[in-house]
This record gives sequence, structure tokens and C-alpha cells, in this order.
Amino acid sequence: MKIAVCVKQVPDATVHKRLDPSTHRLDRSGEGALNATDVNAVEEALRLKEAQGGEVVVVSLGPEKAIDSLRKALAMGADRAVLVADEGAAGSDLVATSRVLAKALEREEADLVLFGQQSSDGDGAVLWASVADRLRRPMVSQVAELTIEGEGLTGKRQTEFGYDVIAAPLPAVVAVSDAINEPRYPSLKGIMGAKSKPQQIVALGDLGVEAGTVGAAGSRTVVRGVAPPPAKSDQVRIEDDGNAADKIVEYLAEKRLV
Amino acid sequence: MAGTLVYLETHGGELTKGGVGLLAKAAELGGDVAGAVLGSGVRDAAASAGAFGASTVYVVDDEALSAPLPQPRVDALEAVVRESGADNVLFPASVLAADVAAGLAARLDAGLNWDLTDLRFEGDELVGVRPALGDTVLVDVGWTSTPRLALVRSGTFDPVESGGTAEVKEVAATFQDFSTLARLVDHLQEESSGPAIEEADVIVAGGRGLGGPEGFSICEELAAALGGAVAATRAVVDAGWYPYSAQVGQTGKTVSPKLYIALGISGAIQHKVGMQGSGTIVAINKDPNAPIFDFADVGVVGDLTQIAPKLTELLRARQ
Amino acid sequence: MSGVRPADYPPPFTSAEVLAAPTDAPDERIDVGILIVGGGPGGLACAVRLGQLLEEHPDVRERLGDVPVAVLEKGKQPGSHLLSGAVMNPRAIRRLFAGRIPIEQMPTYGPVHGEAVYLLTKGAALRIPPPPTMMNHGNWIVSVSELGRFFAEEAEAGGAMILPETAGQKLLVEHGRVVGVRTGDKGRGKDGEPLSNFEPGVDVTARITVLAEGTAGHLTTAASDRFGLHGTNPQIWALGVKEVWKVARPLKRIVHTLGWPLRKRARYGEFGGSWIYPMGDEHVSLGFVVGLEYADVELSAHDLLQEFKTHRLVRKLLHGGERVAWGAKTITEGGLNSVPSLLNAPGLMLVGESAGLVNVPRLKGVHYAIESGRLAAEAAFAALARGEVAGRPGALDSYDEALRASYVWKELGEVRNMRQAFDKGFFLGGALASAMTVTKGKLPPKELRTHPNAEARLIRTGRAAAYPAPDGTLTFDKLSSVFASGNRTRDDQPSHIRVETRVPRDLAEMWQWMCPAHVYEVGDADGDGTVQVLVNPSNCVQCGAISAKGGRLTPPEGGSGPEYTLT
Repeated sequence: MKIAVCVKQVPDATVHKRLDPSTHRLDRSGEGALNATDVNAVEEALRLKEAQGGEVVVVSLGPEKAIDSLRKALAMGADRAVLVADEGAAGSDLVATSRVLAKALEREEADLVLFGQQSSDGDGAVLWASVADRLRRPMVSQVAELTIEGEGLTGKRQTEFGYDVIAAPLPAVVAVSDAINEPRYPSLKGIMGAKSKPQQIVALGDLGVEAGTVGAAGSRTVVRGVAPPPAKSDQVRIEDDGNAADKIVEYLAEKRLV
Repeated sequence: MAGTLVYLETHGGELTKGGVGLLAKAAELGGDVAGAVLGSGVRDAAASAGAFGASTVYVVDDEALSAPLPQPRVDALEAVVRESGADNVLFPASVLAADVAAGLAARLDAGLNWDLTDLRFEGDELVGVRPALGDTVLVDVGWTSTPRLALVRSGTFDPVESGGTAEVKEVAATFQDFSTLARLVDHLQEESSGPAIEEADVIVAGGRGLGGPEGFSICEELAAALGGAVAATRAVVDAGWYPYSAQVGQTGKTVSPKLYIALGISGAIQHKVGMQGSGTIVAINKDPNAPIFDFADVGVVGDLTQIAPKLTELLRARQ
Repeated sequence: MSGVRPADYPPPFTSAEVLAAPTDAPDERIDVGILIVGGGPGGLACAVRLGQLLEEHPDVRERLGDVPVAVLEKGKQPGSHLLSGAVMNPRAIRRLFAGRIPIEQMPTYGPVHGEAVYLLTKGAALRIPPPPTMMNHGNWIVSVSELGRFFAEEAEAGGAMILPETAGQKLLVEHGRVVGVRTGDKGRGKDGEPLSNFEPGVDVTARITVLAEGTAGHLTTAASDRFGLHGTNPQIWALGVKEVWKVARPLKRIVHTLGWPLRKRARYGEFGGSWIYPMGDEHVSLGFVVGLEYADVELSAHDLLQEFKTHRLVRKLLHGGERVAWGAKTITEGGLNSVPSLLNAPGLMLVGESAGLVNVPRLKGVHYAIESGRLAAEAAFAALARGEVAGRPGALDSYDEALRASYVWKELGEVRNMRQAFDKGFFLGGALASAMTVTKGKLPPKELRTHPNAEARLIRTGRAAAYPAPDGTLTFDKLSSVFASGNRTRDDQPSHIRVETRVPRDLAEMWQWMCPAHVYEVGDADGDGTVQVLVNPSNCVQCGAISAKGGRLTPPEGGSGPEYTLT
């Protein structure tokens, strides 16, 4: 079975807004890490491969230095990495990103395409559904348990109203939640071997994606501005003099919380 | 600013609250407001949308939509959007709605902005507001073409009963071959009695300051009075006072209820990361230097074994 | 009544935790040429220089196998655990990259444009002429965390393999020589039980192992004990807590302060001061350092920094700004007489702070780390090039010889007694230091002793009453500060901190105040005069203070701890 895992480099959660690079300073803006839930998706792919054989390829769209993050997936055991890195794709929104990824995935002809459900930078949080529509494949999201048998898959997912068990034939697209597994640590040998695994950087032209249909030009949404949130109301401090409970109720009532 | 279409979901034969709340917001934005109800046997529910501000409700009632699966809904909604000519399509966030919205975005090559907490018009431009970077900044987002798709955080807008009636229009959908390949084979109800902590609007959490496992009865009673769920810190879960399923924090669950009441919790960093998204945080602790007071909205210095039961009593009396 | 001595409550720790023979079967070991432990300026300078030398001599590189140079780094990435002021003397970095990269193309904040030194009292700031050791004309402002990432890229480009998230857990010693390092296990539960994703550590064997662990190194301490490398004086440390602020108005010069909020009398044992450095026009680095020989139970370096920020001089600078980073780290302060008697042992070399190479009066160490890393690389290369068995005693002696002949040794010699003088209090210490400066270290005729930090007897003076309450704008509590350090350590791993957990209340409280990351809490009394010490190891930012003050810091699971980027 061939499994493609879509992964993404996200800004490291702890990285504060980068300093403005004053003159003569290296550009450090690309410091990042592999999106956490994508690691769960890689882990799930590796487990399926270990059980059934096959190949695991990680696919990503991002700047060239995102290859550093893809290497973590290779260190865990993925077989190769494909990174679509192209200036023309910079600034892609959901429709544009899904267009590029779908093209890259079409080339791979994978039996199963996996996504991680959450993205820590808030972008691409619903990408799998767009990609599945473009690939014309059945899709199951929020999967916390995944089994593959024969030509089909079964996924258990949590929704607002309990658990749904959904079956679909392969090839299919699946987004997994972080509850699905506990990702392995890359072994030191895995880390050292990752560098020499195939890592392909492809351009939009290689995928047959026309410039102008992706990137900022191919996007349908824009960011208009950024503002600070309204200040949090002042903190209230109550020293209990026997009436603390009344004061709490008063506060909650005022805030319409009771 | 022509028409706005609100995607409505049903549960147990009724429209869900998130959807009808969004109808009220759509009415506030102005222009025609229509609802879209997709399902099987949902005509009655659809008609009820009129009472919340929809002048028209488009219904796709089809056996193919009986299970809560997104892909056939993309087909159905595509037909409704084309039929209605709506410029704006609003979705109340849910596991299902997110997938429908993203699938539709690809289908129509339409812009989708998500996780929005507000919407407004600036002239002819629709502007969405999205909190980012752990809600520390608000980003204004827009669309460069129509239809504009917007996924709005659940529970953002309250329903407003307008008492009107809606014209119900049936729309027929054609389903793509791949859309009906996935099928629901089983549905399991949630077993727990109270709300799960990830879903609860109110959480009462207990820490080491409860003094022992028996202290959790204080939390449970207060939670019951508020219709909330009980959570615990890692320290007390480790100590065996409360089950792991209720642990909030880095190695437990991340929650963001409207109200979080922390009893005897000092506020370790690993706990904070699991609950800092809560709307209002009330902390009761006898240690005036407890770190939790630095990020609590209401910090009460005192004996929780006195204050919390009294609070429970007062809340019960209000009901 | 005399106070409690932390040294009387030693941590449960045995050398077997840190010294072992290889246990992996030979075919399971990872064999590298030269193994460097620690991805800071010292270790990475060593890797960079080795890369240069091996590039020029492919025949030698050939002999070193598939991985000629490897660097173990316990942080998430190089730079994650690096924290310093820092104003760097550019001499060593220029030399290392001579003819390759000009300093103008390195990530720095440019040369120092002006400086001021103030003697503070609570209400006033007296500008004093900078002591000769504190003149910084010609030095450059850097973030060592950023510099570390730059070094790592250069080292990798030169062929070194950098292995982040990998702790050096045990020094592998066989037949009296160091043969490598065993890395730490990953995926263990709180009681040490293997979890489902358990990944055992592995023996990494090497011809030469270079310890560049920085302050209070886990393996360095073990190596010193094992090979008897201790200096003539015991090693001592200071603790620094640092913040980076985005500021409304640029700061044009570097500022150092002495005095308040520290107390001058010798009995308090409070020696230290502050720095405030511009980082370009938008940011400012500021920090407070206090020597760990202090006696007061309630002394807290974190709270001293908070108190310091309330001084008019500082408040003005920060007004309208925002804190964007926080961190803490100890600084090795013993000086030349605490430097190990030998900086090599069979198969082993010590560089940078692992070798104690810090010039406290000048507030400098980064360039010594780089210079010693470079010299270690050259000595290691020379030994391997001439076909030496690096484990032969004396095979690496040329490193010691080169370092002793360098400016590093000369400069450290001139100030070797200055730090100790301040044991005598601020004013007498200052006078003695002046005499030492004038005579280039010839005075005093007799060497001054240092005393282990953990031997200071504890006193109580109500110190904490002066600390400001955190306001969340100018002053901050410890926990939100730990959060700002980027620490996301998995909190269900075994504790990496060894302390005696039943101790007198004074000692438990001292740890609680001392730790900038709120790792220690005072628990219940035991009824026999002792209390329980509750430990929250996942808060730890691995500053090393506990090792100086009666406990022992060991490395947690690789990738744990702070994730500094600007410090």
C-alpha cells in the first residue's frame, strides 16, 4: 500500500514575532517545526506500513527550508519527501493550496492520503476536505481509530453527538486527530539516516500548475489588517470576609454567566 | 451585498443553536437572508428557520443525506448556492460543517475564512474577524470574489426569535460518484452522564488544595448546580484522587469553556496551557501568592471548603 | 545559632548514573569520528574548525568514517538552551571565520556605540566611570541563541552532523579512557517505566569526545571526578535571569549597574549586578546576575530582576514596551584557579564553560568558548592526522599547551583573584579589584580561595518583603515567565532533578526562592523539624542553580526545557 502524508511546517509555537532584521542580519523568519498533529498522521502511516508493507511519502507545500521539518518525518521512518517550493505558490489560501497539493498528490497515486487534523498556526485547518473534493476521493475526518482491510478503510471519529464509524473504499483521504496514536521518537540512527533519504523539491511547473491559479493571485481571501483584542476587563480580587460566595454570584450574574 | 445563505444543521429533528444564532447575525448584516437545510426528513425543521429571521429556506431532502457525512452535502449545497445566487454563505462551525465548507470552497473555487468571531460590512466588502496567535491578536480577513464562504466559531451569536415565516423551496441535487462512497456504519452515543469537559460551557476544576479525593464532592456539587463538568489537575490525577479522563493541561485535555472555576489550583504552567482559552476564570485558593491569581478574572483568597459549598447553595437558590 | 548548610543534604546521586562502559552490542553502536557534546559557541566552533581542517585534508576525513563530526544538543534545536547578555569580544569569531565570513554578515546587533555604568541606590543612580575591565569599545552585541543557530548552520555546511533533542546521559569510559557518550532514553513514564513509544538511548562511540556542555555540565562534572581534573579552587556559580523587551524608544548605549537591589555587607554574600543592552532599535536585553554564594533563604534572582526593573532608571527605558522573552542560566564564576587542572583526559577534551573559561570582571566568556573550541579542534585534528590513538594519555596535551599560550589564559590570569575579593563585601572588594587591575594580577601576592556555593550557611532577613508584586506589565511572576521561555516539557517523564526531599524548612524555602522557574515547593512538615520538598521538574529551564546549591541537575529527555530564540 502506498500512503501519502500531507504535512506542514509551522512556526515553532514558542517563536515570538521575529525581530526586524536590521542591516547585515541573517533572515531567520523560516524557523519552524513539523505541525504536531501531522506527526500523528506520519505515525499512523508508519504503523500501517509496518503491518501491511508499502511506502510512505510525505508531501508538503512551503518554502525550501521546510525540508528541515520534513526530515523529521524521514527520521521517524517515512521513505521519501516531496516538497513543493515555489515563489509562485507563496501566499496561497485554502483554494490555492488545495489546488497545488492535489496536483502533487495526483502524481503520487497513493492508496491513502493522510492529514493531521489540527494545525497549530491556524492555517489549513480544513484542507483535507478541499483536497478530497479536487481528487474526487471519499474522505473521513477527525479519525481517532483507523483500520484498513482489503480494499477499504474504517474510521471512528468523534463528533459533537458521540462517535461515528465510517467506512470507505480506497483510495481515500483521511484526516486523523491527535487521539489516534502516540507518535514514536525518531531513533538516533533514524535521524542520522534521514539526510540521505530521497528528498525532492519540485516547482509548480513540474506539477503542471499554471502560475496565477495559485499563490496570492489564485487566492480568494485576503488579510486586511491586524488589531489587538479588546483589553480584558480588570481582574477582580476578593479577600474572603464571609461574603465571597455572594460576590462571586454577583459577578457571574453581571457577566450573564449564571 | 446581495443575499446571505446560512447553512443550517439539524439534530434530533431540530435546527442546531449555532445555525439559528448565525441567522440573527445574517439579518443584522442586511440583505436577503436564506437558510439551507440538507438532510433526510428535514422539511419540518427547515420551516422553523423562518422564526429566526430567514425569509427563504432551501431544502434538499434526500436519502443520500441521511447520515452526517460532508461530501454529499457539498453536492447539495452547491446546488442551493447556484439556485439562490447568494453572495455570502455562512457556516456555524461543527465537525461536519467545516468539511462541508472546505469541500464547497474547492468545488466553487470560492474563498473560505474560518474560525471567525465576527462579521461586518465595510461598504460592499464583507470583513471577518479571526482571533490568532492564541487569541492575542484579531485579524481582519476579506474575500476577493463571491461567493464568500465564512465558518464562524460555534456559540458566537445568540438566536433572536423574529416570529416570521419562511418560504420553503425544495432543491434537487445530483450527487457526484465519489461523494457517496463513504458511509456511516455505526453510531455510538457518548456514555458519560454530564457533559464531556471539552464540550462543557462550565467547568469546575479541582487541585491539590481540595485536600483529598473526598474534596471532589465539593466540585461535583458546584458543577451540578451550574450544569457543568468536573475537571482536575495533573497533580491530583497522579495522586489518584480523580480519573485521568478529567485531566486538564498539557498531558490532559485542552478546554475553553465560558466559565472555568478553579478550586485549590495553584496554576502550574502545564495546567495553564490547557485552560487559558477559557472565557472567564474564577479561582479560589487560600494562598494569596498562587500563580493562578495572575491570570484569573476573579481571584478569591479564602478557604474553598467554606466558599464553594456556599456558592453551590446560592446558585441552587437562584434556579 | 548557625544556619543550615545545603551541602549537608547531598542529593541521591551516584556516579553510576553518569559513568558507564558501553553496553550496546558493537553493531548497534553509532560510531563517529569526533563527538561534541553541546551545541553552543564552544562546541560548534570546534565543529566548524574541524570541518575546515577536514575539508583541507580529505585523507584524514576518510579515516574518520561516515560521520567524521557529530554534535549532541539536548535542546529542541541549536540555540534553544543558549542564554547570555551578551556583549561579545569579536576576536575569536573573526579568527575562526577569517577569510570566509566577515562579522558584518553574522547575526549580531552591531558594535557597542557607547556605555555607562551606574551605581544604584533605591532612589538614585550615580553614573561612575567604567572600571577598566568593563570597557566595551570594539565589542559586539549578540544574542547567543541566534548566534548558536548561525554556528550550527555553518557547522552543518562544513559536514558536521547536528543531533538536536539528544541528551548526553552517560560518559562512556572503558579501560581508563573516554570512548563516547550514551544518549538519554526517550519515552519513559514518571516512574521510569517505558511508555508505548519508548526509544532507548544509544551508545555513540568516538575517537575523541569533546565536552562543551556550558555551565554546570552533567558529563563534565562526572569527568572531572573520574579523571581528577579539579582546579585548585572549588568551582562557583552565579545565577542570571534575563528578559528581552520590545521597547518604544531605542536604547543607544549599553548599561551596567552595580549596587541596589543587592546589599553591600559581606555577611549577605550578595555579589552581582545588571546589564541592559540594545538589540537593534526595537529590542533591549536586560538581566540581573547574583553570585550563588549568597546566604539569604529568600533571595530570588528572578524577583531581584523584577525589583530592579522598578528602578526609575530602568522603568523609564521599558515604558511603553513589552516583554517578549525570559530565561535563566547560571554562569561559571570561579575563574582561572577553578579551571580544571587539565583540560584533556584520554579520549576527552573540555572547552568553553565546561572548562571554566569565563572572565567574570569583564563579563565575557563567549569568545573564550569559541577560541577554546577552535584550539581543541586543531589539537584533535593534529592527533588524528598523525595517526595517534587519541585515548593514549597525553595524546591531546597540545590542546592544553595551546590554550595556556593563548590570550585566554593570560587574561584570566590577570583577574584570577578579583571575583573572590568580593567575598569581603562590595567596597573592600572593589578596592582590592582596583589594586589587581593596576598590577595586572600581581597583587595580592597570595591566591584567594573560593568556597563552594552549597557551603554558605543560610540566614533569614525578611528579604522577600522588598520584591514587588507582579503586575503583568512591568513585573512578572515566575510561572508566566517560564511560559515565556517556551518551555513545553512533557510533564509525565521521570524527574531529572536530584534533591534530598526531606530537609529543614530553611533549605526547602531557599530552593523555592532560588529557582527562577518555580520547580521547588515547600510541602508538609514531617513533625521532626523537616519538610517535604515537592518538585515540579517540567517547569525546569535547566539553569543549573540547583547543582550549585545542594542538588544535582541531570539532563531530562532530549528536547525538553526552554526554547530560547532571542536570549
